[in-house]
Amino acid sequence: MKIAVCIKQVPEGDARLVIDADGISIADADLATEINESDQYALESGLRLAESQGGEVVVVCLGPDRAEEAIRRALAMGAGRAIHLNDPAFQGGDAAATARALAAAIERENVDLVLTGLQSDDAGWAQTGPILAARLGWPSATLIMEIEPEGDTIKVKRELEAGWFQWVRLPLPALLTIQSGISTVRYATLKGIMGAKKKEIAKVTPADIGLAPDEVGGAGRKTRTTRLYVPEKTTGAEIIEGDTATAVATLVEKLQKEAKVL
Amino acid sequence: MAFKGVDYLDLDSELTSEERMTRDTVRRFVDEQVMEIIEEAYLEGRFPVELIPGLGELGVLGANLPEEYGCAGMNNVAYGLIMQELERGDSGLRSFVSVQGALVMYPIFTFGSEEQKRRWLPAMASGEAIGCFGLTEADFGSNPGGMATRAERDGDGWVLNGSKMWITNGSMAHVAVVWAQTPDGIRGFLVERGTDGFDTVEMHGKHSLRASDTSELVFNDVRLPGDAILPGSDGLKSPLMCLTQARYGIAWGAVGSAMACYEEALRYTTERVQFDRPIAGFQLMQQKLVEILDRVTLGQLLAYRVGRLKDAGKLKHTHVSLAKRHNVMMAREVASTARWALGANGIHSEYQVMRHMCNLETVFTYEGTHDIHTLIIGNDITGLNAFT
Repeated sequence: MKIAVCIKQVPEGDARLVIDADGISIADADLATEINESDQYALESGLRLAESQGGEVVVVCLGPDRAEEAIRRALAMGAGRAIHLNDPAFQGGDAAATARALAAAIERENVDLVLTGLQSDDAGWAQTGPILAARLGWPSATLIMEIEPEGDTIKVKRELEAGWFQWVRLPLPALLTIQSGISTVRYATLKGIMGAKKKEIAKVTPADIGLAPDEVGGAGRKTRTTRLYVPEKTTGAEIIEGDTATAVATLVEKLQKEAKVL
Repeated sequence: MAFKGVDYLDLDSELTSEERMTRDTVRRFVDEQVMEIIEEAYLEGRFPVELIPGLGELGVLGANLPEEYGCAGMNNVAYGLIMQELERGDSGLRSFVSVQGALVMYPIFTFGSEEQKRRWLPAMASGEAIGCFGLTEADFGSNPGGMATRAERDGDGWVLNGSKMWITNGSMAHVAVVWAQTPDGIRGFLVERGTDGFDTVEMHGKHSLRASDTSELVFNDVRLPGDAILPGSDGLKSPLMCLTQARYGIAWGAVGSAMACYEEALRYTTERVQFDRPIAGFQLMQQKLVEILDRVTLGQLLAYRVGRLKDAGKLKHTHVSLAKRHNVMMAREVASTARWALGANGIHSEYQVMRHMCNLETVFTYEGTHDIHTLIIGNDITGLNAFT
């Protein structure tokens, strides 16, 4: 089974974020990064499938030069090789533009299964996976908790709301978006880290995958971010004094007359 | 809570991505596997043996030895970072790994026969076999050359008599690297557990390095085959070469211990409120925190520099003495100041600082005491030997 796992390099969960001068992105300088959390689970799932079914895991990552560190980590964990979509034209894309580029790269690989994280920890659209499946023309399933290969189909457990689960069977090739926390993500062992140095990272430009520069990245996006900001602190909080009955009566009156929400 | 490290001068940017990855993978191991059990193990006075398979799988045992013997073949800066992260957990944990790698695997690799290397190194790298290093004796600590343990020729083999004290991993080791006087001077021997006349006794009553096996080794007419000797060992300089390896790791490990104390002191003082504000806002507390950060940062730079020298093949044993001497004293003072900053809570096992503070008394004393390293460097810069 040949498996492509898409990973994204994102700011570390508790990194100090600074909004860039453009007002719509996070400043890149000195940014502590990691592999997006649910992508780590996608990689772990891919590695387990390759180990149990035979086959290889190819990591696919769209990102600038610094994303190579995330790719090396994935290789150190056990992926066989990597494709790095790295070109200025790829930068600044939304989920649609990124999925288009990823699809073009993956189409050339003849894979049986694509795994992505459920959503990125930074932008959080949860769209790249499903759009990528649509681009490839493959069936997809989201919020995956368990994967059971069955010949040329695959059976997967999806997480629904309120503690419900659903089993779904899909024909291969297919795409799955993986939920965080479904397994224990392995350590990159020291031998793995040393071995990763010898593994291939193929650097890919839009031309290499048959796309024009204006079909990807900022030029190829369908949505536009207009403003990025930290929640603004506002003043004017009012503490309502008095016993409970009086305070509730006052609150209801204020909600009706001042806030006009009741 | 995940440990974020201390890196005031962006030393990270001087590291290669392999070095950072190595550091991060060991850091995560310590966060996930060590932190929740270490205080209890320390209070119980036991080495957490349950960590050994994980350490082997990760590849930290003998990590800077070559791949052909089952090791990871890391460079010395990566090796140092491993020691730093392990000692951030506990000095006893780092000591276990130091002894296994630098004091047992290193001499087998450096002085051993090919057969000895094939037999022991892969098993030790995976953690299936544990080793200890017998040099120190009850009456010969700083003066190991005077050791009383002797090996006499006995046909094709040897007969070993004597005892060793303060031996880390002694009671759980499958094999001991034992240094003994012979007619040809001091030589190293591999003594396997179960050999007649060889006993180990765990030492109790320690107030320091409690999460570590510290034992006495006793040799009573122990008959060893001819191939038990490390053929390349030659005089006192052989065990001293091993100690240089281990001391190098200690110079890094001490930084880890100090980083743990800094992080805890910073977090505690920014959360602890007295007189209606976090105590970190008071000048006396800021002075402590800055003093700690200052010392930790200098220790990091020193460890990093000796690491790069070691990888370039330019490291002298006197450099290692300087780094071990400085960084352990640094960590000892940092731990003490951090404990001070934590007030009453600083003496409790809910916090780490006093465990580190107590551990560092051992680290300050073993592998060449602080004072002996002073004399090594003093001899180097003046040409005058002040030992005797």
